[in-house]
Amino acid sequence: MSDVMTEAAGGLMLSIEDMHVYYGNIAAVKGLSLTVNHGEIVTLIGSNGAGKSTTLRTISGLLKPKKGSITFLGRPINGVAGHEIVGRGICQSPEGRRIFPRMTVEENLDLGAFLRKDKDGIASDKERVLTLFPRLQERIAQKAGTMSGGEQQMLAVGRALIGRPKLLLLDEPSMGLAPVLVDLIFDTIATIREQGTTILLVEQNALAALRIADRAYVLESGSLKLSGKASDLAKDPEVVNAYLGG
Amino acid sequence: MAGTLVARARVTRRRKMSPSAFLQKYLGYLMLALVAYWMLTKFIKSPSQFFSAALDGLENGTLYALIALGYTLVYGIIELINFAHGDLFMLGTMMSALVLSKLGVDHSSLTGWLGLVFTLVVVMAACATLNVIIEFLAYRRLRRAPKLAPLITAVGVSFILQNIALHFHGSTPKQHPSALPAASFNIGSVQINQAFLVVIAVTAPLLLLMTFIVQRTRQGKAMRATAQDQDAARLMGVNVNRTISFTFALGGALAGAAGLMYEQTVGTTSYNLGQQLGLIAFTAAVLGGIGNLVGAVLGGLLIGLIQGLNDGLPLLGQLWSQSVVFTVLILLMVFKPEGILGKPTTEKV
Ligand SMILES: Nc1ncnc2c1ncn2[C@@H]1O[C@H](COP(=O)(O)OP(=O)(O)OP(=O)(O)O)[C@@H](O)[C@H]1O
Ligand SMILES: [Mg+2]
Repeated sequence: MSDVMTEAAGGLMLSIEDMHVYYGNIAAVKGLSLTVNHGEIVTLIGSNGAGKSTTLRTISGLLKPKKGSITFLGRPINGVAGHEIVGRGICQSPEGRRIFPRMTVEENLDLGAFLRKDKDGIASDKERVLTLFPRLQERIAQKAGTMSGGEQQMLAVGRALIGRPKLLLLDEPSMGLAPVLVDLIFDTIATIREQGTTILLVEQNALAALRIADRAYVLESGSLKLSGKASDLAKDPEVVNAYLGG
Repeated sequence: MAGTLVARARVTRRRKMSPSAFLQKYLGYLMLALVAYWMLTKFIKSPSQFFSAALDGLENGTLYALIALGYTLVYGIIELINFAHGDLFMLGTMMSALVLSKLGVDHSSLTGWLGLVFTLVVVMAACATLNVIIEFLAYRRLRRAPKLAPLITAVGVSFILQNIALHFHGSTPKQHPSALPAASFNIGSVQINQAFLVVIAVTAPLLLLMTFIVQRTRQGKAMRATAQDQDAARLMGVNVNRTISFTFALGGALAGAAGLMYEQTVGTTSYNLGQQLGLIAFTAAVLGGIGNLVGAVLGGLLIGLIQGLNDGLPLLGQLWSQSVVFTVLILLMVFKPEGILGKPTTEKV
């Protein structure tokens, strides 16, 4: 029902308004506002320490905003416990992968579906993830902690996908990957969107992120610096200088 | 804390061996060989005496295992050495005595058995609840605090539980009647107490159930995920607080069961019981590899066995029981600092 409501509200899926997030006394995000619409890829870029991961962690309920609101599918989610936010349809592949190292690849994937009850649906989504990442199929019984960094990254993305999120949060999915794998991961992200999942993507690799995204936000020291169509930002001299190494 | 100690010990071991370390190592082997030799000669001389002593030891060992599981479960999930766990077990023995005396169960009969089963359920539930409350009141807030803070808190909770016991039970050990059959029978020349069989009949299914819960159920999956990475578990939709509560409930229930079995087999209990048995059970958990469930059971059985053999055969006799146990622990730590089943990266839950 809420989907129908938000569709009527112009396809708005996630909306953050004037969000402030603190670690103790230190402000990491100061008054951020952003929106994500149904079916979009939105990317959040910015230099180290800009507050990108903090933003994603707050959306996922791991941190509570000190001020401001987060609305998902028409309902406020700030202050909602992390595990409940997964139930609302937001899954995250966190920074640094955070896979369960002493579990097998398969057990990790199964945990991605922890809240789901539909056995058939889970099986078909697992199938889909293993098709997207054939490498995971080869390593299905291996302890996740013994896999290479790139393989772990695929697992982290796959694990988030198996929750069948309405909104997928990806925090630096290309980190530490070989160039071939970076291309693969970005292609895969585009494919995931085509299959119907909305994506909020945090990336250091701004060039690649802007290439596949519809819209982008540039964060600096916890505040919004620029935002707009990804294709426009990719040409913006300021962005090119600061983030695209132009 | 033990984790870092263990880690440090391992690092030292990796370094090139100094002559004294070399000597220590071979001294260790020598002592182990002596113990093995001694056991073998006793076994050959009088197999029935050997088995009787071993069975006595195993009876205690299963209780150590139940308590050790509580330590290892909690350590596995939040890396806290819950010093209050032994005292929870102690309260379990007192609650058992209380419930049984209220029921008027003091001898073995059909009603006696029913009373015993009822008491088991009540005491397990009570200890589980108490452990959940302790976690909620004392440890939860400190989850992100430096490791020493919850550790000191646990010591404090331990004293509080002892004082509660002191208040209600008094300072002297008290004798309670047992509802277990006092009879025994013989297999060959080995005497087996019926009480021993009851202890095994209660603990073995509990241990199996425990393993099943952790390995096979959804709740167990949540426990293992929480143990490895709490935030990642949250991102999977795991209710971390509830999972930790559940873990404390499991550990508490096992301590309660151990409490009843101890109260019934030994017959006396006292406010400081938790310190003695708690320390031994904690040792069992470390011996087996803290955080490892099967390890805790093995460690418990092994310590029980060593004590039983030492007391029953006798090597140095009951008086030295503790020293013998800890000598074995120290020897084992020298060779395998991570415990019998502990992985070098401390396998958890
Ligand atoms: N747990 C924490 N405690 C205290 N400060 C933190 C913590 N995590 C992050 N910060 C601070 O908050 C700010 C934002 O951090 P955040 O991780 O959100 O940055 P980021 O944009 O994701 O950077 P990167 O691109 O390096 O991942 C930084 O200044 C960082 O030092
Ligand atoms: Mg980051």
